[in-house]
Amino acid sequence: MDHIFFFYFAAVIAGTSILVVALRNPVYSALSLLIMFFHVAGLYVTLHAEFLAAVQIVVYAGAILVLYLFVVMLLSIKSEERYHNQLPVAGLLGVVLCTEVILLLIQSQTGAAAPAASNPVAGPGNTEMIGEALYSTYLFPFEVASLILLVAMIGAIILAKKDINEPVQ
Amino acid sequence: MAVPLSYYLILSGFVFLTGVVGVLIRRNIIVILLSVELMLNATNINFVAFSEYFHNVAGQVFVFFALTVAAAEVAVGLAIIIALHRSNSSIYVDDLNLLKR
Repeated sequence: MDHIFFFYFAAVIAGTSILVVALRNPVYSALSLLIMFFHVAGLYVTLHAEFLAAVQIVVYAGAILVLYLFVVMLLSIKSEERYHNQLPVAGLLGVVLCTEVILLLIQSQTGAAAPAASNPVAGPGNTEMIGEALYSTYLFPFEVASLILLVAMIGAIILAKKDINEPVQ
Repeated sequence: MAVPLSYYLILSGFVFLTGVVGVLIRRNIIVILLSVELMLNATNINFVAFSEYFHNVAGQVFVFFALTVAAAEVAVGLAIIIALHRSNSSIYVDDLNLLKR
């Protein structure tokens, strides 16, 4: 069973990582990287690193990939690529996903409450272990990481903003 | 626990190699940064696999730090790309030969 999951995740990760490099349109590269991030998160779950799987999806797929897509669309590379001919497909997909969400909402209201986690108190979980290690052994690197993020934020703002004198002239 | 550790190493080596090839052969800077993300993910897979097999949570903590560095790298890198595009109106590395001229 573990082998099946591993080979599925490994095959998708390998294939999408090749696609990231091989596809010519940067938007397609970013989207295949998104698929790869999701499957890496699945691989983390099979390795009993559930917290990292959640963080992988939230930070990588949620924040970093969106930043990439913002920049790709801001710079409008490949302006000959138009996406209007994909409107039917996008509409169909949107309708399907919306009906799915609505059905889930209705089901969750009418149906009985889903059975909660089977073992609410079962010793320290993955997140607790990471938290204890992070805030005791690795407290100083944690603070350094916050400093790195601060410097990166200031640096990104300074690099990307227009020169103050530029609009005057 | 049934999957041997070497499988994970082979997978992460493959992904890392793909990232290296992407950095080397692509000309679009954005795709080069995406390939750097591939390499970071390969090292993260290694960290988590070793953390599972040695029953040591330190590997997962290091993945956390690698993620922080990746976020910082993406923010600064994309800001540099925007500045390049503004001054050079091109993000292809072949066009960035200012020091060579």
